[in-house]
Amino acid sequence: MSLFTVPNIKLSGLSACVPKNTEDNLDCALLAPADREAFVNTVGIRYRRVAEAGVTASDLCVTAANQLLDDLKWAREEIKILVFVTQTPDYTIPNTSSLLQEKLGLSKNCIAFDVNLGCSGYVYGLSIVGSLLQNMVGGKALLLVGDISTQTISMKDKSTAPLFSDAGTATGLEFSLNHEIHFNLQTDGKEFDDIIISDGGYRNRVSEKSFVEEEHAPGVLRNNLQMKLDGVKIFNFALREIAPNINTLLTEKKIDKETVNYFVFHQANKLMIESVRKKLKIEAGKVPYSLHDFGNTSSATIPLTMLVNLSHALTTQRVKLLLSGFGVGLSWGSCCVETENLVCSKLIEV
Amino acid sequence: MTLTEFIEKFAECFNQTPAASITATTEFKKLSEWGSMLTLIVIAMIDADYEKTITAEDLKASNTVEELFEKVKSK
Repeated sequence: MSLFTVPNIKLSGLSACVPKNTEDNLDCALLAPADREAFVNTVGIRYRRVAEAGVTASDLCVTAANQLLDDLKWAREEIKILVFVTQTPDYTIPNTSSLLQEKLGLSKNCIAFDVNLGCSGYVYGLSIVGSLLQNMVGGKALLLVGDISTQTISMKDKSTAPLFSDAGTATGLEFSLNHEIHFNLQTDGKEFDDIIISDGGYRNRVSEKSFVEEEHAPGVLRNNLQMKLDGVKIFNFALREIAPNINTLLTEKKIDKETVNYFVFHQANKLMIESVRKKLKIEAGKVPYSLHDFGNTSSATIPLTMLVNLSHALTTQRVKLLLSGFGVGLSWGSCCVETENLVCSKLIEV
Repeated sequence: MTLTEFIEKFAECFNQTPAASITATTEFKKLSEWGSMLTLIVIAMIDADYEKTITAEDLKASNTVEELFEKVKSK
């Protein structure tokens, strides 16, 4: 594991943009009518936001970022770092962050690059931006995190279609003495194919076979350009790894669990998060959920949950947060960050 | 850890299936309610109550509730 502290860095603001277009899992034809309510109760996801064709993750992030910059009253030329965490970029080449630098009107003296991570991406993104920003006195940065995962799945696959949703988020960070973030980041590539789109990269180039739909189980039809998710393996991975990862962070960084105001988990599955919560003996009121209304938005779930569920506390109080992201890679990590009077933009629906 | 206690906890995982209809010899995968969600619920129960990890292969290899109990016990 990689345990470290990034000094001189603070979160300043948060915004998010989701598509207006909403799908209801109680109408999901892939699930038998009798199973739909049980799915919503167990997995916790009722509504999913689905981007219209042609709308990309970067479009959602641009809208979120413009709103955030306005609300923070930050000048565009002040931004020295732009990191875009996504697995649904605009193009294979070039990096989408270069397009974002231009679209947002940022200076040419701005570091910009993409990070290909999913559910752990927000925590990793904070560590990357923080590490770059920690020595940049007066520096300001944007961490854009978002995905349009609904474009990567088969609508005939009941193991993925009722789960995924689309969102783009923006987080403003700045150099600040007397602030720090503690991280514990981990990886296990042995199970890389638990969540995978197997064709379309350079290992398995797109071929005619890539488009052939196969039935992997009843109600699980997809081709090799669509996402496969092994739900049982991912569930066991989360039960095995997440609580120890968080406990190690708390112990090694001497953080009293009772002083943490909220534990914000990646919004994958309510049963999974509740199992982890009980293992960690965290009271229910400290674990917010946004997945009922917004589903699994990949790397965006943590900032989206912070915005949707915790805006009042974040904008008015000093709040200690434990953030935990986990999934594709397999990649997972947690961080502990204290915020004070965070600027939280109103959720944007487009 | 007794079989009786395990059957009780296993039966509590179900919503529509009456607890009385679940016994040691019940072939649980043939129950109409069994499916991917119940799989996760049972895995979560075994993890929480017995601190054991049950895999998809373990479930595939177990037909009756007692066979699953033995699998949990052997871990």
